[in-house]
Amino acid sequence: MNVFTEALAWLFSPDRWVGPYALPVLFGQHMYFTLVSVVIAAVIAVPLGWLIGHTGKGREVAVAVAGAARAIPSFGLMVLLVLLLGVLRIPEAAIITFVLLAIPSLLAGAYTGLEAIDRRILDSARAMGMTEWQVFWKVEVPLGLPLLVGGIRAALLQVIATVTIAAYINLGGLGQPIIQGIPLRKFDQVLGGAILVAVLALIVDLLLAIVQHAVVSAGVRSAPQKRRSRSALKAAAPATA
Amino acid sequence: MFTARKSRLALAGGVSLVAALTLGGCASSNPLDAPSEDSGSGSGDTIVIGSQAYYSNEIIAEIYSQALEAAGFDVDEQFSIGQRDAYMPDVESGAIDVFPEYTGNLLEYLDKDATATSPEDVYAALKEALPEGLTALDYAEASDQDTYTVLKSFAEENDLTSIGDLSKVTTPVTIGAAPEFEQRPYGPAKAKEVYGVDLGFSATGPTTLESLLAGEIQVADIYSADPAFQTEDIVALEDPENIILASNVVPIVSSDVADEVSDVINAISAKLTAEELVALNVQSTVDQKSASDIAEQWLADNDLS
Repeated sequence: MNVFTEALAWLFSPDRWVGPYALPVLFGQHMYFTLVSVVIAAVIAVPLGWLIGHTGKGREVAVAVAGAARAIPSFGLMVLLVLLLGVLRIPEAAIITFVLLAIPSLLAGAYTGLEAIDRRILDSARAMGMTEWQVFWKVEVPLGLPLLVGGIRAALLQVIATVTIAAYINLGGLGQPIIQGIPLRKFDQVLGGAILVAVLALIVDLLLAIVQHAVVSAGVRSAPQKRRSRSALKAAAPATA
Repeated sequence: MFTARKSRLALAGGVSLVAALTLGGCASSNPLDAPSEDSGSGSGDTIVIGSQAYYSNEIIAEIYSQALEAAGFDVDEQFSIGQRDAYMPDVESGAIDVFPEYTGNLLEYLDKDATATSPEDVYAALKEALPEGLTALDYAEASDQDTYTVLKSFAEENDLTSIGDLSKVTTPVTIGAAPEFEQRPYGPAKAKEVYGVDLGFSATGPTTLESLLAGEIQVADIYSADPAFQTEDIVALEDPENIILASNVVPIVSSDVADEVSDVINAISAKLTAEELVALNVQSTVDQKSASDIAEQWLADNDLS
């Protein structure tokens, strides 16, 4: 048997459904840390990104900070935070790490979504008598939504892949079979865990691709100039203007 | 709490390259041979001593080195040569003459199916498993192996001396260790089988000691040579049935020089007790003393220099 069939045998063994490291438990832990981290990151990054996109101020700072944040080594940061916060606050240390990981993608998604809107659309919205608040909520946010969802998609993928390291500090998740298997040289288990993380990432990516498509504003979608869905925003500009 | 010897595989690759270069050099044209020509001793008399990239191992190698030097040998120190995968080829080829090793871990490396666990059995099995040209001298009482360790206060409250006594504890008991401990042959399942002890498991990994001190777990797997045994109020539970793989400090020497160096090195092993090794490690991690200073002091204290 090669290692791949062994990994599948490991995955489908009835042993995977019992005990403290049953796969449903690990899956639940993995999703818990992923969702909590991305939600916290979104609460911080999305309003900030919208503010930057709407006002056009602080863009350079945001690009620089987000770029630098992408270079933070998550594993090192997580272990450092565990040392700083102590063993009783391990989940907090992990969540801070994953929040910092998710922020750059979300921030970029939020402000580029607003930036990509043709200025003439905003001018016409103002010309129609909309207040700044209405311009923001009724024009900018809906038109920027596909790119924001793109940012959420990227953040979720990164966090799902990285939550794997949480098992190193006793938080479980789908990284547990990987991190336990390497020193034992149980490569069926290592590969089995890796397959699960990859499949989870692909499923989440697919779901968000559908969401990203669905949130394209109705007005943009029905525009006659629309040829390819990718260029929906640009094509929509002359039609609405 | 890092399981240092096991989790440095990544380093091994890079270090092995350096080791290959340096050791390759000393095999063909050793610059240290040149001055010794005057004293008349041939190049074959230089004893090459190696060590792992692990501070505790380096201290032991330094002790061997200084003792051999005091006994009149020319020594060449090749320390910090990564992990077993990196240095064993050079030990087997004879490029390194003396290397401080650990009985159980080395036996596991040489023979994956080995079943011996007690110090004597492991040593006997190791002698069998060693490749041609290598000899194991006497092993020391000091060891660097897994333990079932508890807080002293917890041991007193529950009257614990051995692992089996844990079954007397009425509250749930959890053991913390590296994630792979759960499936090791001396893990919680074996404790249940041999001692009838029900233990929960927590993959505390690098925070095992801190988790024990914080009360998150009641039992911890801490290496027996860890400085914490001196600096914290913890005690390792006895293992009368030898479920844990014994891993005593053992000098592995090339058979060519075994007879020459055995007296000097066996005298060291005879004095190297478990407490002594922990104390040596404390001097390195807490007092930040260099391996050579620690070795010099220890040899003087034990009348070996």
